[in-house]
Amino acid sequence: MTVLLKVEGITKRFRGLVAVDNVSLEVPQGAIYAVIGPNGAGKTTLFNMIAGEFAPNAGTIAFNGERVDGLSPDVICRRGVGRTFQIVKPFPALSVEDNVMVGALLRKPDIGAAREWTRVVLDRLDLFDKRAQRASSLTLPDRKRLEVARAIATEPKLLLLDEVMAGLRPTETDRMVDVFRRLNQNHGVTILLIEHVMRAVMALAQEILVLHHGAAIAKGAPKDVVREKAVIESYLGAEAVH
Amino acid sequence: MIGRILRDVPRRTLVLLACFFAVLAAVPFIAGDYVLTILILILYFAYTGQAWNILMGFTGYLSLGHALFTGLGAYSAASLFVHFGVAPWLGLLAAIPIAMAVAGLMGFLAFRFRVSGVYFAILTIAFAEFARIGFDHFAWVSGSSGLFLPVAQYAHNDLWRLRGNPMMFYYIILVATALAFLISYLLLRSRTGYFWLAIREDEQAARATGIDTFRYKMMAVMISAGMTSFGGVFYAFYYNNLFPEQVFHIARSIEIILAPMVGGIGTLFGPIVGAFVLETASEGLRVILEAFGIDVPGIKQVFWGFVLLAIVIALPEGVWPWIARRLGLKERGP
Repeated sequence: MTVLLKVEGITKRFRGLVAVDNVSLEVPQGAIYAVIGPNGAGKTTLFNMIAGEFAPNAGTIAFNGERVDGLSPDVICRRGVGRTFQIVKPFPALSVEDNVMVGALLRKPDIGAAREWTRVVLDRLDLFDKRAQRASSLTLPDRKRLEVARAIATEPKLLLLDEVMAGLRPTETDRMVDVFRRLNQNHGVTILLIEHVMRAVMALAQEILVLHHGAAIAKGAPKDVVREKAVIESYLGAEAVH
Repeated sequence: MIGRILRDVPRRTLVLLACFFAVLAAVPFIAGDYVLTILILILYFAYTGQAWNILMGFTGYLSLGHALFTGLGAYSAASLFVHFGVAPWLGLLAAIPIAMAVAGLMGFLAFRFRVSGVYFAILTIAFAEFARIGFDHFAWVSGSSGLFLPVAQYAHNDLWRLRGNPMMFYYIILVATALAFLISYLLLRSRTGYFWLAIREDEQAARATGIDTFRYKMMAVMISAGMTSFGGVFYAFYYNNLFPEQVFHIARSIEIILAPMVGGIGTLFGPIVGAFVLETASEGLRVILEAFGIDVPGIKQVFWGFVLLAIVIALPEGVWPWIARRLGLKERGP
């Protein structure tokens, strides 16, 4: 089992606040790995360091065996990390198809080849019928899938999903879970997700990391993690465990 | 390339475009010098507007100092002509690189330090103002007393040295406008064009999609400046006199952005349509005022102010998207 992403002891401080405190994790190639925790636990900060939005104050991040901490977001994307944003950021005035085209053109400079790949991706994310619509006119679930489509179009080895299930109805969540399972199993995309929706986490993740006040308080298989006392107290609440 | 254009562009748009340029090409055979001089002005603003649009309309960076690039183009070619007799077409080989180099410097400072939005606009104004004051004291180009080109007789046209009658200037700016349109079209449909739109729409998301935003923004500002500088060369040889106080004045920069603003920022047809709407309207107003014997200095600017206000309120996307919908044409992207 090769390790695709290896985070070792990373720390991020904002002024006096320690947002992420000495966190380590290893995402194996082909896995679906989840990071959970209450609001303000440092999940998005952790993500932003992996995606290159900012550099950690301490610790290292290795992707595919190479150090990537401190590199800029575009370089990290070109190395093979795709991401979505917690607050969705599609290109609002562009059509759905052109949104995905931007991602596709990263590795397929030829317009024709990029367009073909775009259509494949749109089809995979169930967006093909909406390809001519402006991104700003889409519903929230569609915009979330569009962001995933744009990230997938850059042909990432690792996909970072920042709360893509938030705000979705249970049926839509199940549909998203299905999409990610297919991407993972059929197309070999490794996934690292931040998620509050435990229904999705339990269905998808093979391994979970729980953050609380910036520190890792639990790590392991989903069914074990949700029974740990610290996790229940800090995050899930007693009623979540059946 | 031509094959791709024929395949990609809707038949209706192509026919409309062909008719439009055919009519414009035929104008000198039916109209006199008065109409030609107005059309030259319209096409000049269509051309410079198209060049400005690459930076603002495609990439989302507002320049309020594009007079810097027309001015640099004008002064480069004119001073080479006056001092060394270098023909303007050869002068372009200096004008374009100079404008691009200055744009590169400005872009580097802005993008290296993540200057954007209103701060970027202020930086462009600052650069144009630097040039205005600098050229006022630049003795080689006669400083504030102005640089004058020898005026030729209208009787014969010298295309190589750009000395001649309005008809010659008209065809030059017509061809330039058509080329600028074509270049903008090709850029917009290229990989670079997609990346520019992505940067305009959301720069953070563009970076996360793997786009080296610094590089593509530098390309946008330099291509825009290089294209704009030709407008300046044309301006110099058409008007034959250059004063830093006028050439680099912020009013020139504002004039450049009016046509695309009225026509539709970020659209291909916007700068052309906007230039026609603005100039015909203000010329019409002038004719009407003259007929009534009213002489009000600055009325044109006031009128443009009202037109802009009306358009911003009624058609915030610009005139062209509205016309396009009526004609049943659809231009991709805004």
